Amino acid sequence: MQLKTFPGGLHPPDNKQWSAHKPIEDCPLPEELIVPLGQHIGAPAVPCVAVGDLVKRGQVIGEAKGFVSVPVHAPTSGEVIAVEDRPHPMGRDLPAVVIRADGEDAWGDLPAPLDIAAATIDELRQRILSCGIVGMGGATFPAHVKLSPPDEKPIDTLILNGVECEPFLTADHRLMLEESERILSGIAVLQKILGVRQTFIGIEANKPDAIELLSRACADLSVEVTPLEVKYPQGAEKQLILACVDREVPSGGLPMDVGVVVQNVGTCAAIADAVLRGIPLIERIATISGPALVEPKNLRVRIGTPLRKLVEVCGGTRVEPAKIIMGGPMMGMTQLSLEVPAIRGTSGLLLFTADQVSTRPEGPCIRCGRCVRACPAHILPTTIAAYARLDLFEEAEAYNALDCIECGCCTYSCPAALPLVQSIRYAKNAILAKRRKV
Amino acid sequence: MANQLYLSSSPHFSSGESTDRLMRQVIYALLPAAAVSVYMFGLPALVTLLICTLASIGFEAVCQKLMGRPRTLGDGSAALTGILLALNLPASSPWWMSLIGAFVAIVIAKQIYGGLGYNPFNPALVARVVLLISFPVQMTRWTAPAPLSLSFDSVTSATPLGQAKEAVMLHGALPADLAAGFGDFFLGRMGGSLGEVSALALLLGGLYLIWKKVITWHTPVSYLATVVVFSGIFWLVDGTRYPDPLFHLLTGGLLLGAFFMATDMVTTPVTPRGMLVFGVGCGLLTVLIRLFGGYPEGVSFAILLMNAATPLIDRYTQPKKFGFVPEKA
Ligand code: SF4
Ligand code: SF4
Repeated sequence: MQLKTFPGGLHPPDNKQWSAHKPIEDCPLPEELIVPLGQHIGAPAVPCVAVGDLVKRGQVIGEAKGFVSVPVHAPTSGEVIAVEDRPHPMGRDLPAVVIRADGEDAWGDLPAPLDIAAATIDELRQRILSCGIVGMGGATFPAHVKLSPPDEKPIDTLILNGVECEPFLTADHRLMLEESERILSGIAVLQKILGVRQTFIGIEANKPDAIELLSRACADLSVEVTPLEVKYPQGAEKQLILACVDREVPSGGLPMDVGVVVQNVGTCAAIADAVLRGIPLIERIATISGPALVEPKNLRVRIGTPLRKLVEVCGGTRVEPAKIIMGGPMMGMTQLSLEVPAIRGTSGLLLFTADQVSTRPEGPCIRCGRCVRACPAHILPTTIAAYARLDLFEEAEAYNALDCIECGCCTYSCPAALPLVQSIRYAKNAILAKRRKV
Repeated sequence: MANQLYLSSSPHFSSGESTDRLMRQVIYALLPAAAVSVYMFGLPALVTLLICTLASIGFEAVCQKLMGRPRTLGDGSAALTGILLALNLPASSPWWMSLIGAFVAIVIAKQIYGGLGYNPFNPALVARVVLLISFPVQMTRWTAPAPLSLSFDSVTSATPLGQAKEAVMLHGALPADLAAGFGDFFLGRMGGSLGEVSALALLLGGLYLIWKKVITWHTPVSYLATVVVFSGIFWLVDGTRYPDPLFHLLTGGLLLGAFFMATDMVTTPVTPRGMLVFGVGCGLLTVLIRLFGGYPEGVSFAILLMNAATPLIDRYTQPKKFGFVPEKA
């Protein structure tokens, strides 16, 4: 069968064999949890607890501020020992609530479960907001915002993103295999809120077990499992929509412009917990892997757990890691230390050894066109990067720099080892900064 | 943590593809053609190959030293230019001509523009054309093939393209026995420059490059297809004056040009659509020059002319960006 996909992209070695067959394990509670108040795109939450307060698991410790914001909850019970700036995976010190776990892990008062059929759409949305649900594929966009499309943008299609195209990561794969009921309940909630006509679950063809299991589970529902070609960045929202329903989101637009809402399967499962059990987003599944690690695993991790704990649970390191990446190798962020906490967007933690750290010197562009052929945004990475390096931002903009989705395919494929996406990011920032000024 | 942690922005992975590996692959792909030329033309061919290659590497090193640029001989691009240049010369080229060719290719056509990646024209072709204009006699004294000869006193012969052109000019018609030579042309038993001789060896090399994903099919296929179609039209109109497409394919530098010169990354378009336009342009110009130009062979001129058009082609063949919505009227 011809698998569906999008034009462009590439297939890096996926290295999923290290963890793909490892069942999800619960990561034990650390002694101290560092819970950042900003773990989503949008305004950070405002702390509503003080040092010395005793908190219960699931209790709100930071309140949402503004529409594009969600509250933050205590991942376990214990004592608040600090409300201050702490190192954040984003690379800066940012406000966080530090909790010393009491080991009881006692639940606080949770909101009552909702009946999907009986609850109003507003109640469902409100629940998703109050439980702090954000996109868990990595972008961490507040889920309730995506689920509140304006009236003039009718939504007819829901797409569940189970692609997981980043190398090494297997968390969504394990979730689909082991906890598919959570995903299906979440789908029911989303279908009710959006009133969609059709629902798809997009999964890369390298997860045949997940495709089969979900296809069987969805047989009686109006949900279609769509196997997709194994290609990066198949999980990028716009590329996924093109592959599943053959609609092209206009440049600068959003999925809702073509009547589609995309949610990651992990987000969908979290929505089910929030609505059916009143449980806020205080944990997630993450893949801990990489060649420097003793035993790669898929862990259920409480938000706020220091990365060091995750590494310990996986048997520690074989060799000193030379690079620590939160997320996948194509779009993840390098970390300065293992003391930063896991956050809602932590889909993976990868430890690379020195020989995987490419320090090839960059050469001149030989105009081979590899970056052009790989670019899923169909722009000219080499040209834009060349302008960006000369600080010629207007030219970079004219060559559609802003359409870059920062997938990194260009840099990955460049034989001259040019940091293309890095230069383009720089140009994008400059262009956007200028726009904000005028 | 005691040791140093690398911080960098994503991606943290690379394909491992490198400029030197690409250049090396092209050199490997040229080896069959080089070997056939040595077999057919003997020692003089080997000497020409060696002088061109070593001189190109030497000039590159001297230039980089004088201009204070980083030494990049390891990238293999100078050696590749040297081999390509040799393959564009007659076997009987005097040593000084090979030297001048290497100088023009590396110093004038490449380093003065800024080195690898910045030259607008294919260096080996620039050198060839400069030599052709400056030393027409030496450049068209083709050695007749004499397998495994060690002698430097070669018998000269015309190239099939030259013969055809001459016959049409003198008698108004092609020689009658043109098609009889096709088997020889294919294997390399004909007069010509080192790399023009064996269609088989060039085809092998070209397919190797496509298989290894060093080049894409776009340029060679569009180039060759255009030559076949365009020359086919002339042939159908008057088969006595215009040779058939197969003759065009097998003789002269067409295959060398289509697989190895028109696919030179630096001087040709970066987009797949641009490559198609480039190939079609090369094909049209090649046939026009061969049939109506002052030289029997048109490949070098065709590719150089299209090199000049490359920035323009790149500009007008930009892909339609993702999510492009046509302006509403
Ligand atoms: S230019 Fe942007 S969208 Fe295109 S390949 Fe590079 S990072 Fe991806
Ligand atoms: S991949 Fe690198 S060398 Fe090739 S065209 Fe793009 S920037 Fe240039």
